[in-house]
Amino acid sequence: MIKVTIDDVEVEVAEGTTILNAARMIGGDVVPPAMCYYSKLPDTGGKCRTCLVEVAAGSTKDPRPMPKLVVSCSTPVQDGMVVKNKTSQRVHENRGAVVEFLLINHPLDCPVCDQAGECHLQDLGFEHGAEKTRYEEERRTFDPIDIGNKIKLHMNRCILCYRCVAVANQLTDKRVHGVLHRGEHAEISTYIESAVENDFSGNMIDVCPVGALTDKTFRFKSRVWFLKPMEAECECTKCSGKVVVWQFGNEIYRVTGRKDRYGEVEDQDGKPGWICNDCRFDKKDLSKWNIIGPRTIDRHSVISQGKYEGPRTSIKKVK
Amino acid sequence: MSSSHTDLSKRHSEKPVFSAEKMAEVQVLFAQYPEGKSKSALIRVLHMAEEEFGGWLSIETMDYVAEVFNIQPIEVYEVATFYTMFNLEPTGKYVFEVCRTGPCMLLGSDSIIDYIGTKLDIKVGETSADGMFTLKTSECLGACGYAPMLQCGKKYHEHLTKERVDEIITAYRAGQTPN
Amino acid sequence: MGRRLLLEHDNVAGIETFDVYRKNGGYRSVEKALKSMSPELVLEEVQKSGLRGRGGAGFPTGMKWSFLAKPEGVPRYLLCNADESEPGTFKDRYLMEKIPHLLIEGMIVSSFALGANQSYIYIRGEYMWILDILEKAIAEAYEKGFLGKNILGSGFDHDLSVAPGGGAYICGEETALIESLEGKRGNPRMKPPFPAVKGLYGCPTVVNNVESIAAVVPIINDGGEEYAKIGLGKSTGTKLISACGNLVRPGVYEIEMGITVEEFIYGDDYCRGIANGKKLKACVPGGSSVPILPHYLVTKTAAGEDRLMTYESLADGGFASGSMLGSGGFIVFDEDQCIVRNTWNFARFYAHESCGQCSPCREGTGWMEKVLNRLEHGQGNMRDIDLLAEINKKIEGNTICPLGDAAAWPVAAAIRHFRDEFEWHVNEREESQKRNYGLIREPQSIA
Ligand SMILES: Cc1cc2nc3c(=O)[nH]c(=O)nc-3n(C[C@H](O)[C@H](O)[C@H](O)COP(=O)(O)O)c2cc1C
Ligand code: SF4
Ligand code: SF4
Ligand code: FES
Ligand code: FES
Repeated sequence: MIKVTIDDVEVEVAEGTTILNAARMIGGDVVPPAMCYYSKLPDTGGKCRTCLVEVAAGSTKDPRPMPKLVVSCSTPVQDGMVVKNKTSQRVHENRGAVVEFLLINHPLDCPVCDQAGECHLQDLGFEHGAEKTRYEEERRTFDPIDIGNKIKLHMNRCILCYRCVAVANQLTDKRVHGVLHRGEHAEISTYIESAVENDFSGNMIDVCPVGALTDKTFRFKSRVWFLKPMEAECECTKCSGKVVVWQFGNEIYRVTGRKDRYGEVEDQDGKPGWICNDCRFDKKDLSKWNIIGPRTIDRHSVISQGKYEGPRTSIKKVK
Repeated sequence: MSSSHTDLSKRHSEKPVFSAEKMAEVQVLFAQYPEGKSKSALIRVLHMAEEEFGGWLSIETMDYVAEVFNIQPIEVYEVATFYTMFNLEPTGKYVFEVCRTGPCMLLGSDSIIDYIGTKLDIKVGETSADGMFTLKTSECLGACGYAPMLQCGKKYHEHLTKERVDEIITAYRAGQTPN
Repeated sequence: MGRRLLLEHDNVAGIETFDVYRKNGGYRSVEKALKSMSPELVLEEVQKSGLRGRGGAGFPTGMKWSFLAKPEGVPRYLLCNADESEPGTFKDRYLMEKIPHLLIEGMIVSSFALGANQSYIYIRGEYMWILDILEKAIAEAYEKGFLGKNILGSGFDHDLSVAPGGGAYICGEETALIESLEGKRGNPRMKPPFPAVKGLYGCPTVVNNVESIAAVVPIINDGGEEYAKIGLGKSTGTKLISACGNLVRPGVYEIEMGITVEEFIYGDDYCRGIANGKKLKACVPGGSSVPILPHYLVTKTAAGEDRLMTYESLADGGFASGSMLGSGGFIVFDEDQCIVRNTWNFARFYAHESCGQCSPCREGTGWMEKVLNRLEHGQGNMRDIDLLAEINKKIEGNTICPLGDAAAWPVAAAIRHFRDEFEWHVNEREESQKRNYGLIREPQSIA
């Protein structure tokens, strides 16, 4: 075990642990936001740069500070490392810049986006977004497309975290969507119109940190915060059958995996709790489910803080 | 700016297939890499496929290449769209890629691009009405000391002037490769 | 004219063929190394030579080689970086086109030192005709027993082949090169792990520039100490410089490190001055990624000393008043050139070449390009100039690979030295569309 200090809190972790995971062991607001890293998906992380932190001392052996900010999701801790996240002005400024970069081409169509209320970018925008965008150029736009009859892709909202590619790589050996083109023209696509069809493709929706991939069987029916999330389970031959159903009265509006406070699916029976498409898209009838009880959503989010104020045209800084 | 799906009207009507001879070349390339790592030859084989099947990579061509490598088509699309040399749409018989980067610009590449466009009555990205020439721009091609320049197939044409451009176009029109 | 270690025979007729190359002393270093030296001894000579990587970063080659992990039973690879796509750089092309066997010879000796039985030359796809030249030369080398099994009876086996890219500057970054060579998109990898530990196919790998590998040949032939006698301080040996822009005689020159910039630009043996009798306005001495220098900082440092063609002297003054030797792409601007236009042009290049993986580079390069485009076309405001400075500060250091920095530095330097010219584009919107600004005034104090 090695010792690391993050924002003045000390924690003991196993060798090889990343700064981000060490911070998650402490919990609370020393945890840097992570838009691309997903602990259950190998090869994720490093791309969005929202999780940047300052290393004030590299290790007991070599206590020099690291000159550049580092990505906490992919940097392993060293014994005696001292990390600054919320206590670092540099982190605050540079993370703000990363958020600005992520938002310059973002449509800010939260009022019509299914993800509103659950969106990690929206949360970040509240914390770090500037009053007014300095971006005066034309935004990049793409037409929304269907990838299969159950999933909609709004490329305009995508932040290219690559999570949906990683989840497809993990859950199928016949991936049909991916990242095409490059630079600011890079996009998630199937290239030719083709359906993403395998029993677990719906998990792409659950891993997407923004509203780029959404559930077509749910779209526009309701805002999430009007729904009651309930833990539920069913006998399923394909997956654990352990889900969250989102109810309005006695109707199920949508079904998702059970996600933790970082938006990642929880383990079920010792394995990541990915759910199958039957459970997600087809079981919208209460009789199909054994309802266990209300699900508490303890995510640090716009809904849980009651900060979402309905339609607006730009994200405002909330002090 | 962007479309999310490619235009399906542009396709190959027949399935492209390498000749036995080309296939043997592919096997030689595979053998240059360790067991199980033949995907390393992908970019080279895409260049070959482009040359063999009409100077561009149609969906059919890419799907065929995926078959040759025994990989998913998306893996080929991901690669083909990353690298700018690959034409994802049909082109003219000759493609002029005029370098537009700094060092060439200092020596007048902008006016060369304009001149070719006017002469062939096309804009950058377009193909001349007779289907002979496509005009494109490219980033630095490693000929900065011999600027302005353009690449056509494997050939670099350097020290361009309007007169040189005239000669080059005339030669290609006549079916010759200009020096 | 100084000594020429690499290009000595570039004008010998038929030097691209094995026989002529051999007659002119070719492949001696392979004989020497494989017959009379151990891999460790070869490494030692390279360390003694002080050779620094010629691809841009200038990292000591011997030290890089010494970092290569050597786990039992795992193959090691040497990759030659012939992606050469940095604007202003065309030296590797010249070397490979003219004397392909020199590179092959260097690959064999270097691979011997590293214990690599397989190596690859990754060449930019646009150099397809050079790929043909190299493959022809490689076939000859196999035929003559310099490649393949048991080379010259030494027991050392080595296979070498060439792989083309498909048009992507980013594949010159070593981990992107490795990805590309694995048949994938050229997305740089996160480091660590470094290629020396986990590179091609997850195996220990060294990536070196064409010129670095070629330089190993004279180092082994003459000894590392002899090589180190040429040059100045930590800039040893000779360096290929590709000179372009508004020069009387642009082209590829092999210089002894340490000649003055003045001599290089104006000397009879080199570029012979600014073309058409014009005046020097600015110079980018090491490829598009390095800071631009205004005319008064090109031949002299801020302290008034002669600026030399060495890693140290070109960097003298840091980012405030210096630049870098970089890849040796030496770009010269005459008084008629517009710095704003060139800065926009370079910004467009980086936006075009960003792989798009990480948000600061993907979004930031595109943003800078658009703002500069407006400024250049008379549509800019004063706050755009500060915005540019802000954006590039937020890209720099926050990205996966150095392309982000490479995109940020030229913009920062242009604004630092040519702010008047940027402001003129804002204040004189119409005028700036009709004519160029001309020479920038030398500030009163520049130190
Ligand atoms: C964006 C980018 C592009 C690069 N392009 C090249 C290149 O074309 N050729 C090259 O030799 N090195 C290039 N480099 C440097 C390589 O990453 C690497 O440092 C070099 O090949 C190492 O060889 P050396 O030590 O012999 O210089 C590039 C680096 C970056 C970040
Ligand atoms: S669609 Fe969503 S999950 Fe996929 S890359 Fe974009 S933001 Fe990430
Ligand atoms: S800095 Fe640019 S080129 Fe490098 S990994 Fe990030 S997006 Fe790609
Ligand atoms: S979460 Fe670390 S870079 Fe995205
Ligand atoms: S800038 Fe045109 S070839 Fe380099």
